Amino acid sequence: MVNIPSSINDPIPPAEVEDVELYHPHSWWTTYVFSQDAKVIAIQYSLTAIAIGLVALVLSWLMRLQLGFPGVFTFIDADRYYQFITMHGMIMVIYLLTALFLGGFGNYLIPLMLGARDMVFPYANMLSYWIYLLAVLVLVAGFFAPGGPTGAGWTLYPPQAVLSGTPGGQDWGIILMLSSLILFIIGFTMGGLNYVVTVLQGRARGMTLMRMPLTIWGIFTATVMALLAFPALFVASVMMLFDRVLGTSFFMPAIAEMGAQLQYGGGSPILFQHLFWFFGHPEVYIVALPAFGIVSDLISVHARKNIFGYRMMVWAIVVIGALSFVVWAHHMYVSGMNPNFGFFFATTTLIIAVPTAIKVYNWVLTLWRGDIHLTIPMLFALGFIVTFVNGGLTGLFLGNVVVDVPLSDTMFVVAHFHMVMGVAPIMVIFGAIYHWYPKITGRMLDETMGRVHFWVTFLGAYLIFFPMHYLGLLGAPRRYHEIGESVVNPPSAHDLNVFITVMALIVGAAQILFLFNAAWSLRRGKDAGGNPWRATTLEWQTPTTPPPHGNFGKELPVVYRWAYDYSVPGAPEDFIPQNEPDPEHRSREHAT
Amino acid sequence: MAVVVILALVAVASVLFHLLSPWWWTPIASNWQYIDNTIIITFWITGFVFVAVVLFVAYCVLRFRHRPGTRADYEPENRKLEFWLATVTTIGVVAMLAPGLFVWDRFVTVPDDATEVEVVGQQWLWSYRLPGANGKLGTSETRDVTAENPLGVNKNDPAGLDDIIIQGGELHLPIGKPVKMLLRSIDVLHDFYVPEFRAKMDMVPGMVTYFWITPTRTGTFEVLCAELCGVGHPQMRGTVIVDNEADYQTWLEQQQTFTQMMASGETPTAN
Amino acid sequence: MSVILIFLAGLASIIIWWMAQQRLTSKPWLEAGRASEISAITRSPLPTAKIGLGVFLAVVGALFTLFISAYFMRMGLQDWWAIPLPSVLWANTAALVISSVALEKAKSSALQNDASTMKLALLISFATAIGFLLGQAFAWRELVSAGYVLADNPANSFFYMITGMHGLHILGGLLVLGRTTLRVWQNETPGHAQLSIDLCAMYWHFMLIVWLIIFALFAGWANDFVEICRQLLS
Repeated sequence: MVNIPSSINDPIPPAEVEDVELYHPHSWWTTYVFSQDAKVIAIQYSLTAIAIGLVALVLSWLMRLQLGFPGVFTFIDADRYYQFITMHGMIMVIYLLTALFLGGFGNYLIPLMLGARDMVFPYANMLSYWIYLLAVLVLVAGFFAPGGPTGAGWTLYPPQAVLSGTPGGQDWGIILMLSSLILFIIGFTMGGLNYVVTVLQGRARGMTLMRMPLTIWGIFTATVMALLAFPALFVASVMMLFDRVLGTSFFMPAIAEMGAQLQYGGGSPILFQHLFWFFGHPEVYIVALPAFGIVSDLISVHARKNIFGYRMMVWAIVVIGALSFVVWAHHMYVSGMNPNFGFFFATTTLIIAVPTAIKVYNWVLTLWRGDIHLTIPMLFALGFIVTFVNGGLTGLFLGNVVVDVPLSDTMFVVAHFHMVMGVAPIMVIFGAIYHWYPKITGRMLDETMGRVHFWVTFLGAYLIFFPMHYLGLLGAPRRYHEIGESVVNPPSAHDLNVFITVMALIVGAAQILFLFNAAWSLRRGKDAGGNPWRATTLEWQTPTTPPPHGNFGKELPVVYRWAYDYSVPGAPEDFIPQNEPDPEHRSREHAT
Repeated sequence: MAVVVILALVAVASVLFHLLSPWWWTPIASNWQYIDNTIIITFWITGFVFVAVVLFVAYCVLRFRHRPGTRADYEPENRKLEFWLATVTTIGVVAMLAPGLFVWDRFVTVPDDATEVEVVGQQWLWSYRLPGANGKLGTSETRDVTAENPLGVNKNDPAGLDDIIIQGGELHLPIGKPVKMLLRSIDVLHDFYVPEFRAKMDMVPGMVTYFWITPTRTGTFEVLCAELCGVGHPQMRGTVIVDNEADYQTWLEQQQTFTQMMASGETPTAN
Repeated sequence: MSVILIFLAGLASIIIWWMAQQRLTSKPWLEAGRASEISAITRSPLPTAKIGLGVFLAVVGALFTLFISAYFMRMGLQDWWAIPLPSVLWANTAALVISSVALEKAKSSALQNDASTMKLALLISFATAIGFLLGQAFAWRELVSAGYVLADNPANSFFYMITGMHGLHILGGLLVLGRTTLRVWQNETPGHAQLSIDLCAMYWHFMLIVWLIIFALFAGWANDFVEICRQLLS
């Protein structure tokens, strides 16, 4: 298939590539609202995700207030508490993290980093955003519907999710939630097709897969996974909607609710859990892999050193992506499924630890003998390493079937997943925003505000979730509106809860500083120039900043090297852009 | 410098917090000491890795932070180093997984001499059923649940007539004898969770799930529900009392059988 | 869940086959300055739209496979009575086969620049696909009037849900096929219409295969097949 040339001095072929036909907008509406430009869509996705994320942030404040000061805020009754945790969880996992990483960063970075004019199917890309927006609106409508949003927990386990003992179960809440998920998945599929096919077909000349930045590898693999995993959630949602609205019994066994026999029979709640986690576990990596990719690039750029073990990093991403489809039942060790599955799923789960650990080693080995600039993106990357290693290691507790038994459904689980797929990816998101904001707007974010924002967020979040593990170790169950007097809630645990609540309020408030910074710097930030970080990847080599529709001016770039030529011995600068040909046409047989 | 100090502090403070934390598991009251041991092994291995990685990062920042005129090294990869790191990681993972699977095997293998006790969950109440004189539990069916027969015990199964029913009361267990807890729900998911027993398992309507324990300490323990079951989830509490044999027998004799309960026509209240 | 795992294993082998051609073991840092040899493999010669449709069909395949997975898991529980299949389903199957064959004919005549045959074939394909949908609706009505309503039994619920989902996909395809047919009737040249006819045919064949599988599933043949596999394994 591939013919390696006999001589590396072969001339570069002419720069005539078939160009994409762009849709040229004519009016303000088609330029900024119904735009087919991936960059505009990316910003639309990001702003919507951040807006709905702020709602989820406020919800987390409310639930923390209840946990820290039970009984003080009487408007947070049990119904509302469960509605808050459900909406908080669902928004954060799907409508914020998935949408922001794939819809936001994916849309912005894939065409730019690959040297493409735009996504390959711009119209579907635009539809993707509008359907996502509709999904968000349907979700939010839950707050205004009679009975409020669903309070079934973000896992929506039946039968309780559709029964009257759960807020929204017999009202509109659960129906709106399921409809919103179905819409989200339809919208995501349209976007996801774009991300995958653009990586396959849209790359600039010379951009082989092994020359792609790890950011693209992460987003690409995550998108492939999402395309295959989201159908499971789709199927589960459709079936539960049938159960709730049309009276079928897919997930509903015979039930005597409060002494009354219901019209259901024979269904299997475990079936839902299998479908849900068949989506739910890959979902963790759908969020994690883009974060892995982006953080690799942040570390490399700001340590002025090539990412250590690039090939291993690529293989690890692919292997993690594949393995994540055969570990789903580690969320179900105590679900009542056949206990013999535990052996299989514990083994596959712990195997994933190996490629994941390799990634961590390679990040820290990139720092070794680097030229570390402690810029804000680098600080966030360091924050990511600490929180991700912490959260990843506690995953070894929960994945190891028998250790999971006492810890499952306790605050340990809550602390673990917040650390590993809450705090750690959000560190990357912030790092990435500080890193690419100059490209998006042409201005730098304010440095001082950025530092304050980083330290409060990083240390505050660590102080929230690290001690929380110990509440779980003590045995405090999760999803309790109020534990009250119990052996698992001694006075000291109550004090700890107060502390966690105070930290949560502070960390939440620090995000206002970030929003202010983002708005303020838009006009007053320092002028960034085209390539403020002196980075090699193509998005920094655009002729104008911010890049216009079509990205690269008249001619598309041609790629001559991988994305990590930092501090190359003998080179005049400590970085060589990907589109710069090698003047001497010689390969560097350097290092090992 | 501040970055280095804070990173090192994060590592050291986390270890100190672990060592000095007053929040530690409740004193164990069952045979699952093995689980606690596996957690301890896991804490040692993961704790070591965490401290090593964070301190290494702190050292790198200290040693290699930007100074004018310096340049980073150029090192695309080092197969040997990567190979060794992967090998060591694999060994660490095996060291956690092997004891874990070994203990799990015990956890799912119920000893033959275990007596059966049924726990029934419903919103938001625990009930129990113990085998009567014949040592066997009768069959049951959610469809048979009525106000008079709240656990849905099959009236036509002779094995069930002498079953002892404890509706909403306390469960007593004899010390030192293995018990197989049969878990059943008649409405939504619940999870029978006694922190001191370590073991727990979801109860799924339409299925009977189980776990087994041998109580090793007398005392009164709290039962919590560990699977979200609606708004009353936190209120779903119960009590398990581990007795010595004599006390257990005394308690057992005071309990009502299914036949007696059906005859009296009303559900017994908590004793 | 084993059905979906088998499906994913199939996809994985395609992905591995593709990746094997992408030089994933090359050392990119040693290849600076060369663009020539790699430009050849940056993209596939297939039209982008076709690759897009291929990826989309993988997603649709996963969707139906998951429905089938759920079907098998639910079937294992008690209270399962298979639904009797109305004989009109055979006619529907024939209609869908004709529709597929006609599209294939349209494809080849577009290649041969034979505009009149192409028009006719497209029209036949469109009409038979509508016939399929009407037939499905008729089958539903027949079942309902015979008392097999949706919520009665899980087998019924699955039948309505999966055939409904398949029908929706056919309906979506009809929109595109309708647009293509319309454009051809407005005298678009066969060369121009080639790609969209190709895409329609690809989608149509896929939905036909999906239909044959779910038809076999509800007719009970798939169960026999699974039973045989189980016996072979044990």
